[in-house]
Amino acid sequence: MSAKESAIVQFDNVGLRYGTEREVLSNISFTLFPGRFYFLTGASGAGKTSLLKLLYLAQRPSRGGMRMFGTDVITMPRDELPGFRRRMGVVFQDFRLVDHLSAFDNVALPLRVSGVRERDLAGPVNDMLDWVGLGHRADARPATLSGGEQQRVAIARAVIARPEILVADEPTGNVDPEMALKLIRLFEALNRLGTTVVVATHDYQLIRKVPESLIMRLDKGTLSDPTGALRYPPKRAPSGVEA
Amino acid sequence: MPWVIAIMVALCVLAAGGALALSNLAASARGELAGSATVQIIEADNDLRAEQARRIAGLLREDPAVTGLRMVPGSEVAALLEPWLGSGEAVDAVPLPALIDLELAAEVDDAALAELENRIAAYAPSARIDSQETWLAPVLDALRTLQIMALSLIGLLAFAGAAAVWLAARNALGGNRDTIEIVHLLGGSDAQIASVFQRSILFDAIAGGLLGLVLGAGAMTLLANRFAALDSGMVAGGSLSAIDWVILATVPLFAVVIAVYTARMTVLASLRKLL
Ligand SMILES: Nc1ncnc2c1ncn2[C@@H]1O[C@H](COP(=O)(O)OP(=O)(O)OP(=O)(O)O)[C@@H](O)[C@H]1O
Ligand SMILES: [Mg+2]
Repeated sequence: MSAKESAIVQFDNVGLRYGTEREVLSNISFTLFPGRFYFLTGASGAGKTSLLKLLYLAQRPSRGGMRMFGTDVITMPRDELPGFRRRMGVVFQDFRLVDHLSAFDNVALPLRVSGVRERDLAGPVNDMLDWVGLGHRADARPATLSGGEQQRVAIARAVIARPEILVADEPTGNVDPEMALKLIRLFEALNRLGTTVVVATHDYQLIRKVPESLIMRLDKGTLSDPTGALRYPPKRAPSGVEA
Repeated sequence: MPWVIAIMVALCVLAAGGALALSNLAASARGELAGSATVQIIEADNDLRAEQARRIAGLLREDPAVTGLRMVPGSEVAALLEPWLGSGEAVDAVPLPALIDLELAAEVDDAALAELENRIAAYAPSARIDSQETWLAPVLDALRTLQIMALSLIGLLAFAGAAAVWLAARNALGGNRDTIEIVHLLGGSDAQIASVFQRSILFDAIAGGLLGLVLGAGAMTLLANRFAALDSGMVAGGSLSAIDWVILATVPLFAVVIAVYTARMTVLASLRKLL
């Protein structure tokens, strides 16, 4: 199997500019392989969220090529994109919970979108809420939850449908170190089940907690891989690396 | 939203009811007068006139186009003209025309009538045939104009209704922009998102449509009763049949279809702007 075939995500010289301003991402080329655990680091404003937006198909690049799950997503007809989005789980930096839905209904959303029957929903959704420690807040609206609780609902929603790839933008930014570790363990468990994980963070403590992770680094819109993450076969990150 | 639809539907029901009543009125007026005509013979000499009338009647009786014939007695003609001429000695001196009422076969048209007129002219140069339908032509014309106006009104109302739904759907869309975007990003298809909006508009439209039907039909019934009270033969011809009421009952159905379709198109158009 060639590297190209086994890749789950492939960016080829991607550039992104918002409006007519300068490019916020330039010449981004990388390949993600299935079943790996990636961290995306970089200073605030380096373009992490922008890169992830391209990844979870919320934004079209201004130039370059993108393949996901072996398909060119740039030339793909628009009506095939929802099917691709369902194969991904996303934790948005700003959570993006639906205000007028309960925690339960927010977490159930991806399953409902995929057409899971109502009677098959309650079990997995409640289990997931228990796992993130919010079983007792299932009926709460997002507005009545703390920032960290909202983040955990967002994470529960992202992983409930066992996505092939999980994209998480600062998923531990609002929780205490203990909860952060617990959430990272959840991602690892998912990763062991075969999900490719991409986590944007500037928390190096967190990165160290996942010794087998691979690191990508954004610096003012250009990508580097100090640990050789983007080579094939990917090189393991030495534990304790400071990127 | 249901109120806007209710008002539109009520107005549509009234306009459609009016159009149907007018068309019934026109049809019944035409039906009563169609197939009849009157031969008029103007001749100062009483004896000659009677002779001409007799010979023309004989000819027409043989004609397959004529299914019934009645010589109008002189006394009746006098009674007809009395409002204009008055009665009394002097009037007896005025020569009255001879009139023959005809019933015509169904397929007789204006051209056939003109030909008939040519043939009887050989017996009496002054003889004229008046189809009674031609007297009614201006009335029918007026009715037709009213009908066209009612139909245009229905078209305008449908358009205004669609515009109202479009605005309402855009408004709802704006208020739910975040939700839509989230469901979109979680892999919800355009059709799924549109169906959520369609469903909520569907219920609104059904409620509004039924309410509008009740209002409109109520107003129609009220009007019908008022006109019936006039006790005029002409107006009675304009009452609505059972089929007409069924047609009116489909108005809210169209309203629901227009509303749901408009909402769907509005949502799909705005979703297409997202990647
Ligand atoms: N919608 C937008 N329109 C215009 N400029 C934008 C938009 N989103 C981001 N930017 C700009 O793009 C650059 C990268 O932003 P981005 O959000 O990707 O950074 P980030 O690495 O995620 O930062 P942080 O760590 O603070 O979340 C910034 O300069 C930002 O101002
Ligand atoms: Mg960011």
